[in-house]
Amino acid sequence: MYVLIAGGGKIGANLARNLLRDGHGHEVTLIEQRRDRYERLEHEFEHQVQLGDATEIHVLDRAGIARPPDVVVAVTGDDEDNLIICQLAREKYGVGKVVARVNDPRNQAHFDLLGISATVSATASIMALIEHEVPEHDLIHLLELRKENLEIVEVQIDKNAPAAGKRVEKLKLPEGSRLISITRNGRSEIAIGSTELQPGDQVLAILQPGKEDELRRVLLKN
Amino acid sequence: MSYGEPVKALVIGCGRVGSNVALQLAEEGWEVTAVDEKEEALTRLGEKWRGGFVLGHGMDVDVLREAGIEDADAVVVATNGDNTNLVVAQVAMKRFDNQCVVVRILDPARADFYQTLGLRTVCPTKAAISELMEAARACEIPTREPVPTS
Repeated sequence: MYVLIAGGGKIGANLARNLLRDGHGHEVTLIEQRRDRYERLEHEFEHQVQLGDATEIHVLDRAGIARPPDVVVAVTGDDEDNLIICQLAREKYGVGKVVARVNDPRNQAHFDLLGISATVSATASIMALIEHEVPEHDLIHLLELRKENLEIVEVQIDKNAPAAGKRVEKLKLPEGSRLISITRNGRSEIAIGSTELQPGDQVLAILQPGKEDELRRVLLKN
Repeated sequence: MSYGEPVKALVIGCGRVGSNVALQLAEEGWEVTAVDEKEEALTRLGEKWRGGFVLGHGMDVDVLREAGIEDADAVVVATNGDNTNLVVAQVAMKRFDNQCVVVRILDPARADFYQTLGLRTVCPTKAAISELMEAARACEIPTREPVPTS
């Protein structure tokens, strides 16, 4: 697999290192704009790192984007740059897969608008983990599957919840939603029709975005 | 736009270029709001500036809304970053459905490519190249004496 990585910071360098590790057999080109960083990277990666601004078309050309790569990964510290790198890769060179880092979660909407996926945001991921550990809301978003237009959420059944004491098959779950699993006393099992929900259960559900309120009504009634 | 109502323009990036665009449009009777992330940018518009000014980054949708992007007739994007401009212009077109978006791109290659994607790009670098070429060609070059052959 040929992977082009734009941005030689911690993420970019570690990605390159992992892809090049013995046995993987991948081919990598890393592009870094800052000369000091480039020189440090060159010690390790030699000809596999190039100096330049990866939003410039001639830099991308020199890095072999016209082949095209199997994947282009844009992990610079600038969301604008990551967006444009991915857009050029896809629209100009027909690269099939792009992966972008989102530095400021507020910019996620711009990536979505321009159809850039997959995206990875460390801030958003850590926020989701914090929510998971210290829930402030009754329904926690664990994972968004943007391409599939689905999301995975977690809810906790308390003793007044309408779903407590009911079997999954008896619940009038909204269309476009499904329960995945039940965690009780630290043990998890797949939710099937005959599974009975009990107070204290942590339930994972998969649903289409926008169905949260309906699901909340059926399981939690708030 | 109806008669009598001023045409509304949003100028994003109020540097040397943006501020002059804002001032000249205002002079022509447009209702102009400028956006810049630095407060000093306001001084470029002068003390007599009666248009709007919103402090903030063009990538911030709340800033764009506050500046009135939803009912702007024209959006001029001229921050000092080509990639910022490309993203902001596409947000104005695709998210806010603005029909008249013009965007300054310094890099000729990106200006050309994004033009093929439907953006109205203006590239001062290309203008400079052709003007310099023209000026160089217009120089009066003294005719050289032919080298005598012996």
